[in-house]
Amino acid sequence: MRRFLRPGHDPVRERLKRDLFQFNKTVEHGFPHQPSALGYSPFLRLMAIGTRSGAIKLYGAPGVEFMGLHEENNTVMQIHFIPDQCQLVTLLDDNSLHLWSLKQHGGTSELREENRFTLKGPPGSPPSATQVTAVLPHSSREVLYLGTESGNIFVVELPSFRVLEDRTITPEAVLQRIPEDNCNRRSCELVEALREHPKNPDQILIGYSRGLIVLWDLQNNKATHHFLGSQQLENLYWQRDGSKFISCHYDGSYSQWPVSSDNRQAEPLENTVPYGPFPCKAISKIYWQTTKNGLPYIIFQGGMPRASYGDRHSISVIHGSQQTAFDFTSRVIDFFIIFSSDPAAEFDDPSALVVLAEEELVVIDLKSAGWPAVHPPYLASLHCSAITCSHHVSNIPLKLWERIISAGSKQNIHYSSMPWPIDGGTNIAPDPPQRDLLLTGHEDGTVRFWDASGVCLHLLYKLSTVRVFLTDADPNDNMNTLGEDEWPPLRKVGTFDPYSDDPRLGIQKIYLCKYSGYLAVAGTAGQVLVMELNDEDAEHVVDHAEADLLQDQEGYRWKGHEKLKTRDGPVRFEAGFQPFVLVQCQPPAVVTSLALHSEWRLVAFGTSHGFGLFDHQQKRLVFVKCTLHPSDQLALEGPLSRVKSLKKSLRQSFRRIRRSRVSSRKRRGGGGNASEVQEANAKFDQDVLQEMELAPVQRKIEARSAEDSFTGFVRTLYFADTFLRDSSRHCPSLWAGTNGGTVYAFCLRVPPAERRMDEPVRAEQAKEIQLMHRAPVVGILVLDGRSTPLPEPLEVAHDLSKSPDMQGSHQLLVVSEEQFKVFTLPKVSSKLKLKLTALEGCRVRKVTVANFGSCKTDDYSENDLAVLTNLGDIQIISLPFLKLQIRYPCIRKEDVSGIASCVFTKYGQGFYLISPSEFERFSLSTKWLVEPRCVVDMPEVTTNNHVHKPGTENAARKS
Amino acid sequence: EFRRFSLERSKPGKFEEFYGLLQHVHKIPNVDVLVGYTDIHGDLLPINNDDNYHKAVSTANPLLRIFIQRKEDADYSAFGTDTMTRKKNVLSNVLRPDNHKKKPHIVISMPQDFRPVSSIIDVDILPETHRRVRLYKYGTDKPLGFYIRDGSSVRVTPHGLEKVPGIFISRLVPGGLAQSTGLLAVNDEVLEVNGIEVSGKSLDQVTDMMIANSRNLIITVRPANQRNNVVRNSRTSGSSGQSTESSLPSSTPNILGSLLQGEEESDEEDIIIEDSGEPQQIPKATPASESIESLSQIELLHESTQNGFLPSSEMNLNHSTGSISMEYEAPEPGPKSLEEDGTIITL
Repeated sequence: MRRFLRPGHDPVRERLKRDLFQFNKTVEHGFPHQPSALGYSPFLRLMAIGTRSGAIKLYGAPGVEFMGLHEENNTVMQIHFIPDQCQLVTLLDDNSLHLWSLKQHGGTSELREENRFTLKGPPGSPPSATQVTAVLPHSSREVLYLGTESGNIFVVELPSFRVLEDRTITPEAVLQRIPEDNCNRRSCELVEALREHPKNPDQILIGYSRGLIVLWDLQNNKATHHFLGSQQLENLYWQRDGSKFISCHYDGSYSQWPVSSDNRQAEPLENTVPYGPFPCKAISKIYWQTTKNGLPYIIFQGGMPRASYGDRHSISVIHGSQQTAFDFTSRVIDFFIIFSSDPAAEFDDPSALVVLAEEELVVIDLKSAGWPAVHPPYLASLHCSAITCSHHVSNIPLKLWERIISAGSKQNIHYSSMPWPIDGGTNIAPDPPQRDLLLTGHEDGTVRFWDASGVCLHLLYKLSTVRVFLTDADPNDNMNTLGEDEWPPLRKVGTFDPYSDDPRLGIQKIYLCKYSGYLAVAGTAGQVLVMELNDEDAEHVVDHAEADLLQDQEGYRWKGHEKLKTRDGPVRFEAGFQPFVLVQCQPPAVVTSLALHSEWRLVAFGTSHGFGLFDHQQKRLVFVKCTLHPSDQLALEGPLSRVKSLKKSLRQSFRRIRRSRVSSRKRRGGGGNASEVQEANAKFDQDVLQEMELAPVQRKIEARSAEDSFTGFVRTLYFADTFLRDSSRHCPSLWAGTNGGTVYAFCLRVPPAERRMDEPVRAEQAKEIQLMHRAPVVGILVLDGRSTPLPEPLEVAHDLSKSPDMQGSHQLLVVSEEQFKVFTLPKVSSKLKLKLTALEGCRVRKVTVANFGSCKTDDYSENDLAVLTNLGDIQIISLPFLKLQIRYPCIRKEDVSGIASCVFTKYGQGFYLISPSEFERFSLSTKWLVEPRCVVDMPEVTTNNHVHKPGTENAARKS
Repeated sequence: EFRRFSLERSKPGKFEEFYGLLQHVHKIPNVDVLVGYTDIHGDLLPINNDDNYHKAVSTANPLLRIFIQRKEDADYSAFGTDTMTRKKNVLSNVLRPDNHKKKPHIVISMPQDFRPVSSIIDVDILPETHRRVRLYKYGTDKPLGFYIRDGSSVRVTPHGLEKVPGIFISRLVPGGLAQSTGLLAVNDEVLEVNGIEVSGKSLDQVTDMMIANSRNLIITVRPANQRNNVVRNSRTSGSSGQSTESSLPSSTPNILGSLLQGEEESDEEDIIIEDSGEPQQIPKATPASESIESLSQIELLHESTQNGFLPSSEMNLNHSTGSISMEYEAPEPGPKSLEEDGTIITL
């Protein structure tokens, strides 16, 4: 034993380890958590998203991604690209400005922070004097105009951030030219908007919060025009030719103003309250886009009638007689329009509306009739319903891949066929080495299939299990079915829908056989569905069976939820995975483990009460085994009464997390009602915490006993063709491991293919191993005569794996949360073990066999165990000798949901949730590394023609 | 009856041989006897295995006084700490048992027949302020019965005194193993778990380590109450005064760490039930390369656990009749070949 604890000093092995293992966090998939700002460069065709944690992410053509993080971790308030440059400026909520630039380095572009700056007023001035409210990067690329709360507009030089004090535009200077009677000093408080004249770079439009709008001549340093709005101003937008601009207001109105040389004090041409006459909410941003046919597009955010639709997050598009209010399920952060960026073009000709909502990115095609949404190739909202489990399948055969894509494309017909409009930069990453699928199970009973091969996590297909069951929610109850003349003309867009009709539908376990296309999913109410991939729509009856896992045990009462009601008669299923068998466990407890053997046509499932084996060919239950300890009352009563302490500890850990967030938020300060509320919440939380910390946290030290609760909880199931009874004959077997450290092995007799339907599958318990340390069994694995893990079902049949060595003696590896143990087979004697918890105090949370290839030679690869511990460390442990190879810190140990969500791939990569909506991808392998590699070139700026970038073809291919 | 004979001090041989010799000398070949001797402090101590036999021989100065009692009517109370001084004359007890007839007749087996429950170990290598306690959960139904918490303790560091986070015992469950041993107390600071330092580890980590080691838990504590510490090199503790010339350097507490890991192998066998038959312990596979190492380890630990369990309790036992005592003279003191680790058991 001691030999295995000593760190290896074999220099050859040490060198090999360097060729095999390497830890990298490579890319973040999904939608940024808590986005707070949006920016777009029509020049680079790149979009930037800032978050409340100070991250900034740039996206262009699929695969073109950059990420930066502000050291301060403060909320990004505004993002502005410097015109015609690979640079952008961010404004944080601590009033600091940061200059970022994209620079090429070693063949790829990198996003780096160049400079930072905080505007400082004269000593003694109030902080509002320098609180930046509006930022205008001037087209000369040399200066930034910074509008402030005080009404002063400061000019800073780029990239040095030097304040050009002589060029400051003070309210006094502005007021000089304006008649006293309708203006005073207060009219010039708080700069709401700064807009450069589209044709004349020497003129900027300044909008003050109280409604005064001034056209300022930079050359002569004077106001040439002024416009007096009666309403509080929200935003401004120039018409393309600079003859008119549009302003939007707090009362839900917008006005058009003419700019002509003869009239220096214009009245609005038109003043409209689009959703009047009743009081409306503010229109916070507006676009005026001209088109060839003369009808402009007016696109604005907000403005809904306050009383009836004040809670909607909407963006309205008006084009002639067409008007639609796109209704988002989460708050709109910001939006922009992609239009012709060619300065010589006469019209804007908008092509797409890009909306950043709090939980998703929605792009609307404005060119196609009906304004359909565009399917985004990245920034997928993973959490459109909360993720409940994940499953990764590597190296998908092309045939299955194509069938899944084809099933998915039938679901996506309502999407626009427009190529992805944000297509800046060039993806130079090599093609992904293989086709990988990531399957996520969701709370609403859906399974989503993601293309996880490359940098862009892309939704291929969505499967819903809801149709099999009768739920309270009527599937026809759709919010989109509003009548034709409904006003306002709301249209629900986006996929984010966090509300689950029935929590029992939640998916808990997924198993996909990539060779046969069989899929098994299991859920919260003990339901197990076996499905088959069908390329056509079909209507059929789902066979239904019940598995009573308690097996006549007396005196037990399930107090948890009821089982799901099934639909009688045939059900219509769309093309894709269609269920043909439903097994419902009784009691309907959460399914905790699942295994599918597509060659033997068997599915095994386990709950906290026991496990069962179902023959999905003959549609017959083969056996059930109750694993419950007679004294374990808790497990029987169901989730309502169970584990109060767990609930409590969960709540505590959430509070702890929240406290860390709150304290970081507190530093930001800032005005406004919302932050006051936050402050109050923070104080409350703090008080609660202090109260809690008075009682010392203590932990009970007690050996686990057989009588502990949830010892019967089935943690893992495993099919193996191995030597269970004697060393001369191998047979199919099913292995199950429980929370109480028990391993059950069943010998199976599966009839040969020609009599598969005639003879029943038989099972007989052959072994039961009780680990004396009684820690939960989290993994079971059989190693063949060459100490290689047995191949997956059908892997050998498809010539994708060597057949296992059935000559030498097999070994059984049992992984508990605390130890790794190797036993001989068929006579079980202990051979090796590695004690993890006793030595390091950490416990195994996830374990998988992964294949590691050497980056130096193509012909060397080995299988090791990839292990994630409860401390968030990843360890690689060699097979079959169980020597610790290497350890990397990966996830913070407080990040319980991150650790729980981790999945490993078969080739040493992995994913875990860093927020409800984002997967972090990491790699342990030197060979398989999926990370963004991309270049952003400076398009030529001298010509007036917009250079169309090669990235467009990429976009077309991906979307 | 008295016998006097000589023995080669440098080569005392095995206990079995010595036992045979005694039976031969006393011409009682088929009578089970208890063998005891008086050590230099006047305590009557048993000889029942190689270790204490060697110890007895090596401490003979130069005369080793041996007492032999018939096993069935042995006076166990005769053994133990301070026996010779407490009882004015053990011999008189032994020879004139009639004086003590009033005591109740309880049969309690020999100390080696008891399963150890807890022990203080490594007294000779630990600083005096520390205590290493071993709790044997195996085989008892008693809960371990204690709780730990976070806290802070003061350490001497190169920068002076510093407050550092530590793990402390926060509660003992009444009737639990931890409480019944009396070796652990509330507010004792936990320093090591099975040879692994806990500094830098979180409460949860230490909890997991203790639970993972719960079948053979060895915790090193700094007792909150430092007055009951085992004081080395003195006789007051009555721990029969072994290890006076401990050759091991002190304050190397990790020496046993890896040994203990190996030791655990033997007492934690998983159980297998084949074809619904009887549960059995899973044997160790013995591949050629490993067998010798693991075997020798087991041997080693066998010695260390067997060696020198001494009764320290006072029990009411009946006294013997018909005992035999004997003296013999050992030759010149030879080199002390054996070190002992000062193990005490508490019953």
